[in-house]
Amino acid sequence: MKTSTKKIHALYNDDEVLLHAIKEIREKNYKIDEVFTPFPVHGLEKALGIPHTRLAYTAFIYGFIGLIFSIWMMNYIMIVDWPQNIGGKPNFSYYQNMPAFVPIMFEMTVFFAAHLMVITFYFRSRLWPFKEAENPDPRTTDDMFLVELSVEDEAEALKAFLNKTGAVEIKLIEN
Amino acid sequence: MMYQLPNTLRNFAFALILIGAIGVIYGFLTVPTLEEVKSHEVTTEVAHQTSDNMSATASDEHALHVLHQLQNRPWAALYVAIFFFMMIALGVLAFYAIQHAAQAGWSVVLFRVMEAITAYLPFGTLLLFVFLIFSGLHFNHLFVWMDADLLNPESAKYDELIANKSGYLNVPFFLIRAAIYILGWNLYRYFARKFTIAQDTATDDKNYFKLFKFSAAFLVFFIVTESMMSWDWIMSLDPHWFSTLFGWYVFASMFVSAITTIAIVTIYLKSKGYLKNVNNSHIHDLAKFMFGFSVFWAYLWFSQFMLIWYANIPEEVTYFITRMNDYKIPFLGMVVLNLIFPLLILMNSDYKKVYSLVIITGIIILIGHYVDIFVMVMPATVGDQWLIGVPEISSVLLLLGCFIYIVFNALTKAPLLAKRNPFVKESEKFHYYNID
Repeated sequence: MKTSTKKIHALYNDDEVLLHAIKEIREKNYKIDEVFTPFPVHGLEKALGIPHTRLAYTAFIYGFIGLIFSIWMMNYIMIVDWPQNIGGKPNFSYYQNMPAFVPIMFEMTVFFAAHLMVITFYFRSRLWPFKEAENPDPRTTDDMFLVELSVEDEAEALKAFLNKTGAVEIKLIEN
Repeated sequence: MMYQLPNTLRNFAFALILIGAIGVIYGFLTVPTLEEVKSHEVTTEVAHQTSDNMSATASDEHALHVLHQLQNRPWAALYVAIFFFMMIALGVLAFYAIQHAAQAGWSVVLFRVMEAITAYLPFGTLLLFVFLIFSGLHFNHLFVWMDADLLNPESAKYDELIANKSGYLNVPFFLIRAAIYILGWNLYRYFARKFTIAQDTATDDKNYFKLFKFSAAFLVFFIVTESMMSWDWIMSLDPHWFSTLFGWYVFASMFVSAITTIAIVTIYLKSKGYLKNVNNSHIHDLAKFMFGFSVFWAYLWFSQFMLIWYANIPEEVTYFITRMNDYKIPFLGMVVLNLIFPLLILMNSDYKKVYSLVIITGIIILIGHYVDIFVMVMPATVGDQWLIGVPEISSVLLLLGCFIYIVFNALTKAPLLAKRNPFVKESEKFHYYNID
């Protein structure tokens, strides 16, 4: 079976118009490959039918790891390896010294959750340092919203339809 | 649609008032006499290891001390309940004023619920004021600094620290301050209600802008008087002790209880078919506030504790030593109720729109903050003689009955939608993008 290599790039200049257009395109059962936007558009992933992100669960897990790590770390630093007498607080017992470590536990929880979540996000989005930009039109980093669709034979019909959804520019890419 | 107070709810409120009143009276009538305390002390003497060495007079003094604490108990129980419900109404008033001062759009459909809850404020503050007058007239001895002997250098009970504070802590000034706070809050509540009702039938937004100015001014007044109120009415129970963030701490408790109450009343009304314009997003927002302020409360609870624990200055640290020794279960248990439980339940975004979970968490939060006020008041007034028994529970029932009756009766007085508020459309259409 011959697979399509033709793509259509439809550009929009407003996020609300974009959301409406995506809804209409999906109702007509055209397949959207990718959408490029200059900023995060609220409700876009829902309009595209992308399943809800599981990043929140990873945040909870990472935070929990951070909490455990901070407990181990403070126990090792302040109780096991080099006990220090600060303000006369008992330095031989983690439990009795615990209130002093609560700010560190909190900070480590936040630190782990935040950093590991960002790294996870980059991995899932296939982003890393020095990666070549994938967006096909530099204007999508400024003020334009681009919808990329695969198309087989009915390119002209699709172009006319996209025009009606409010696209300001439509390009047929053949390669 | 106007709200009709169902007979079952009214009867329920009256039943609570009746049962509560009987329990409170029972609590006052069953305060033991000195002889009973002494005989009780003798029977439990085995448990008191030091009582062998006690001389007869020391034992007598101890019995007298216990007697005073037991005499305080029904008063303190009533005081905690009066303060708790007054605090909810006051917190809702502050939240309501913030909505107006910020010109918030999302919450307009909840305004009538908030106004109804603040309808309890005049009654609640009046009750509290009467209670403080009773304290000032020495019907009870919750506020130790009211004892004139403490200020007399000739007396054996002379207390230099309290004597030095007597310029601020004296009964007339104390009552004048209370009157100023109460008057200010109730004035704002009176005008706020008047303006929003007038706005319903107005043709322009004049009332709305007037209310905006009043709300901004009230918030300034509120944050100062709330802080001073917490020093006067709670912190002065331990007149030697002080904490600079105490006003914030009481505020956090007040605010989270208030928002929880708004959520619970709203969901109750929705379940009865009212408040059609309130959707999941509004509940979701209220639950976010419940979650956020639970964490905020815990932050202040811990900040207050840790600095005092670390610095270990005797007159500061006694406050927590009493709580750790005699109130360990409520003092630490309320952290589970007020932080851990809401944190774990309400963390998930989807759960914040499940009404049953919001209600369950809300009830836990309210119980937790009752315990919080309990632990603020009781150690200084009844010491280790505390118990959550008939006086405590009946006081809560009595005031809960009054609260339910006044709040739901106030709901019948005006349409449930502030229909001429300029943001009412925004509120009706309010939708958080991430939920269905």
